[in-house]
Amino acid sequence: MPVTAARALVHGLVVHAIDRKAGQEALRSLADWAFQFSSRVSLYPPYAVLLEVQGSFTLFGGQAALLKNLRTGLAALGYKTRLAGAPTPLAAFGLARCGSEQMIAAQHQLATALASLPVSALDWEQTLLDRLDGMGVRRLGDVLRLPRDGLARRLGQQSLLYLDRMLGRCPDPQELYQPVQEFKRHLQLVSEVEQVQALLFVLQRLILELCGWLQGQGAGVQSFTVRLLHRERRHTDLCIGTHRGSRDAGLFITLLRERLERLELRQPVIEIELHAGQPVKLDARSPGLFEKAGAQEQIDLLDRLRARLGDKAVQGISAIAEHRPEYAWSYSEPGASRKDSKDQHRPLWLLAVPRQLETRDGWPCWHGRLKLQASCERIESGWWDGQDIARDYFIATNPSGSCYWIYRELAGERRWYLQGVFE
Amino acid sequence: MNLDTLLQRPDVWRGGQASAAVRAVPSGFDELDELLAGGWPQGALTELIMPRQGIGALRLLMPTLARLSQDDRWICWVAPPHIPYAPALVSAGIDLSRVLLVHPKAQQDGLWAVEQSLRSGNCSAVLAWPTLEDNVILRRLQLAAEAGDAVGFLFRSQRYVQRPSPAALRLQLEPEADGSLSVSILKRRGGRAAGAVHLDTSLPHGSLALHSRTPTATGYTQPHWQ
Repeated sequence: MPVTAARALVHGLVVHAIDRKAGQEALRSLADWAFQFSSRVSLYPPYAVLLEVQGSFTLFGGQAALLKNLRTGLAALGYKTRLAGAPTPLAAFGLARCGSEQMIAAQHQLATALASLPVSALDWEQTLLDRLDGMGVRRLGDVLRLPRDGLARRLGQQSLLYLDRMLGRCPDPQELYQPVQEFKRHLQLVSEVEQVQALLFVLQRLILELCGWLQGQGAGVQSFTVRLLHRERRHTDLCIGTHRGSRDAGLFITLLRERLERLELRQPVIEIELHAGQPVKLDARSPGLFEKAGAQEQIDLLDRLRARLGDKAVQGISAIAEHRPEYAWSYSEPGASRKDSKDQHRPLWLLAVPRQLETRDGWPCWHGRLKLQASCERIESGWWDGQDIARDYFIATNPSGSCYWIYRELAGERRWYLQGVFE
Repeated sequence: MNLDTLLQRPDVWRGGQASAAVRAVPSGFDELDELLAGGWPQGALTELIMPRQGIGALRLLMPTLARLSQDDRWICWVAPPHIPYAPALVSAGIDLSRVLLVHPKAQQDGLWAVEQSLRSGNCSAVLAWPTLEDNVILRRLQLAAEAGDAVGFLFRSQRYVQRPSPAALRLQLEPEADGSLSVSILKRRGGRAAGAVHLDTSLPHGSLALHSRTPTATGYTQPHWQ
């Protein structure tokens, strides 16, 4: 029925356009997500996904447990779904299509269970269904009672095959869906979003999809990027990392929240992209399923600190075999330190930038006149890279007993500098 | 709850007897360990109050940090006032791969980082230089240290000495004329605030010359800085 005709019949009709492309995308992402429940997933467009679940019952601890997981997961993703199960794909589809959320385990129960369904349970063209209606056939049970040769003559051989497949009388192989190898999601927001909380709500769904996909792959990721798109092709990138690799949605959401709460949104967001890094193999144990409820995987300190403070604010340090004191150390990735060092008497604090000292009567001063220890260490090095130094280093004490590491330039104005504190 | 379980609580103080229940990390200085009934309190805050920089407060912790770096937990430095110099840490026997440096931009982030580190259970020790006045925050940090079983070291300036503090241990550090460090107890949970020691923390450590100051007859020494 055309929309104009419908409008004429019903006053105040609200028309929603079906976005077929978006629907297909949603179906595919649902299939990606559903791989955690079965390795045999098929698309059944335009609005169904088939899972072969018999083989997964043991893994999930029974049919009821699997269904519960499936339902909770789907609800968290924000989908309204109807779940039905049967020994054949078409029967399961028919049940779900009619909103009859049954789980029929045995093939011999099929005919009885399907009998009461309306003929619209059949995924047939409307003309065929109209023809059935014209014959006074309303229920599937009525269809099944019709003589086979008459049925084939009136509705075609294909319809007979359909019914045979539905009842499991002949095989119905499905084309298996291949999950994506790289996780990338794009989401157009319904309205412009300025509130971080609202963004988090939307992102939560994408992260659940990501984690479902990872679970199906038996993998985790060490990082993923969230791109917030603004108008005029501007965007904000947030890179969320967990150095051990994970597929724990709770962890990802916490890290993302830390980052988002500190984000100043200069412009509203109109679209969101989520792009996962290279998946890394995790052990087969799936935390979402077997761990006790509430025993969330502990969030690694490093990830938490970096999520809020930024990667550069959290560092490890290395000692480097180098004569010039300022080059004898460097920042490094936490946990991966070089330890090349000669055992020399060095201060525990190094000043980021040496501080020039005043002199009084030729003596360097820092909160009073500094008393130098007799021994002096001469460091001349670095002629090869232009950062060469020539200095005499002393350990010096001021009148209040604080101990410092100072040096005097050997060339030029022969100034004194404070470079370290013997704390 | 019976009396025995009540007495086991670390916050119940019994006069004249130190609680044995407080676990401690040896400081590496025998005399200090004796004074502190084993060393630094585990799962608690220790405040080190010092009149100024450069008196060797950090050196006092080196044996402890060297020992803790053998653990597979982090030694987390939050907003250190200068760069912890890697060659000196190596000389002190610290495994650098356990050292984590956190440089927050704002003070609020610093306190957050200290609390997270203490609470996470991923840190054996957390070093911080807070300049806050607020006792409520210190209490939170103390609770976080308990939760994460970490040793929290707070380096604080002299101006906080008179302030009450929820830290399990408060020590006053003073440099001595001979270059040694005087350490006296201002407060110790589960024990009396008594005594002081002089420690030679000069490097190389290992050969520690310890000079003791004998507590007075009452078992209480007035810290000499008052």
